Amino acid sequence: MIRVVLPAHLRTLARVDGEVRLAVTGQVTQRAVLDALEAAYPALRGTMRDQATGRRRPFLRVFACEQDLSHDSPDAPLPEAVAAGAEPLLIVGAMAGG
Amino acid sequence: MSSVRVLVGTRKGAFILTADGRRDRWDVSGPHFGGWEIYHVKASPADPSRLYASQSSSWFGQVVQRSSDGGRTWEAVGNKFVYDGPTGTHQWYDGTPHPWEFARVWHLEPSWHDPDTVYAGAEDAALFRTTDGGQTWQELPGLRTHPSGSVWQPGAGGMCLHTILLDPREAGRMFVAISAAGVFRTDDGGQTWRPMNRGLTSEGIPDPTAEVGHCVHRIAMHRSRPGVLFMQKHWDVMRSDDAGESWREVSGNLPTDFGFPIDVHAHEPETIYVVPITSDSHHYPPDGRLRVYRSRTGGGEWEALTEGLPQRHCYVNVLRDAMAVDALDPCGVYFGTSGGQVYVSPDAGDHWTPIVRDLPAVVSVEVQTLP
Repeated sequence: MIRVVLPAHLRTLARVDGEVRLAVTGQVTQRAVLDALEAAYPALRGTMRDQATGRRRPFLRVFACEQDLSHDSPDAPLPEAVAAGAEPLLIVGAMAGG
Repeated sequence: MSSVRVLVGTRKGAFILTADGRRDRWDVSGPHFGGWEIYHVKASPADPSRLYASQSSSWFGQVVQRSSDGGRTWEAVGNKFVYDGPTGTHQWYDGTPHPWEFARVWHLEPSWHDPDTVYAGAEDAALFRTTDGGQTWQELPGLRTHPSGSVWQPGAGGMCLHTILLDPREAGRMFVAISAAGVFRTDDGGQTWRPMNRGLTSEGIPDPTAEVGHCVHRIAMHRSRPGVLFMQKHWDVMRSDDAGESWREVSGNLPTDFGFPIDVHAHEPETIYVVPITSDSHHYPPDGRLRVYRSRTGGGEWEALTEGLPQRHCYVNVLRDAMAVDALDPCGVYFGTSGGQVYVSPDAGDHWTPIVRDLPAVVSVEVQTLP
């Protein structure tokens, strides 16, 4: 199972506590994980990726294994530790509050 | 006894304020959707239990919430707002072409007759409609693709479609207002639109009396008389007696004719309310005195309403969708401020009292009158 950590506002919107665990078939990529996330929690559609363009929202970042994956191709394989469920994929609101 | 339910959108969540018909003791629920900007919450006239809320955030985009129990519980519904066809460009602040980009929904206007049909006014300016209770949204592209669209430009808050008035008598007629393009009217359900800005004069555009380009802040009508419209423009309070075909100024003796909201008394179609604001760069009331102005003559002659409102050191703003009236007798008038106060006058403006004082900055106020 893929582990995903959502920011607090998206946990509230999806009505989940803590980590989300998802089954992802095929290659584990950002796109595959976000597709699975939106399929499991339809309220999240459009909150991470623009629905018209499919692009990541500019104030939303993607981290894993202490790496910033935000600018990787959405179709690039995620780290093996994420694919194996050893490490979570972190969906993070950009540090722009205050 | 009748009751009222006040739907308040703020910069950090929605609040629902309820009271019986005396309107002197209030229950407050919220924040709903805490931390999110709630541009608008509005109920269906056809089903008072059906509410819609526009929830948005710079981080996570647009969400639409729907309640079927008067705001006790909510569910996220469809939020896919995609322009229909090529988007083209409008003017950016510097006058250069800028592609249309959806940012958020400013205003939700449910149908008079069908709780599942709702119109949504968007930034960048466009009109969307749902007929399935918000699950899916379709643009009515005839507005955005109007030949004048390429010269529309954003106001300070963005290029927003902020006002939608559905004519209760003529099924295909509606009015919208866009900052800064002006008023448009359709008579065929949104397929085709005509600018309705004759009589407006605006500094800051090359031709002050141009057909489009005016920064209209809000328009209002009384349900019994949909051919009469009132407008608070960036500067100037205006009136139309021919369904928008022409406008004349009715600013009269207002201390300043800049402001955002304008509304009409529930039972007196010639009684209207505005909140004068010092100027477009000040965004607070003149002399630090928060005054609602009422005209009982449909404009022109205005009286200051001050009883219960702060008359010194007050520097809040009142935004365009942050005023509403109930349908009780006497008519209740409500408005919210950028300082987080929501005021009520249960006697048509003669006396005011704060319902709440310390909410986040108020963006919108709507009122339901319940049996």
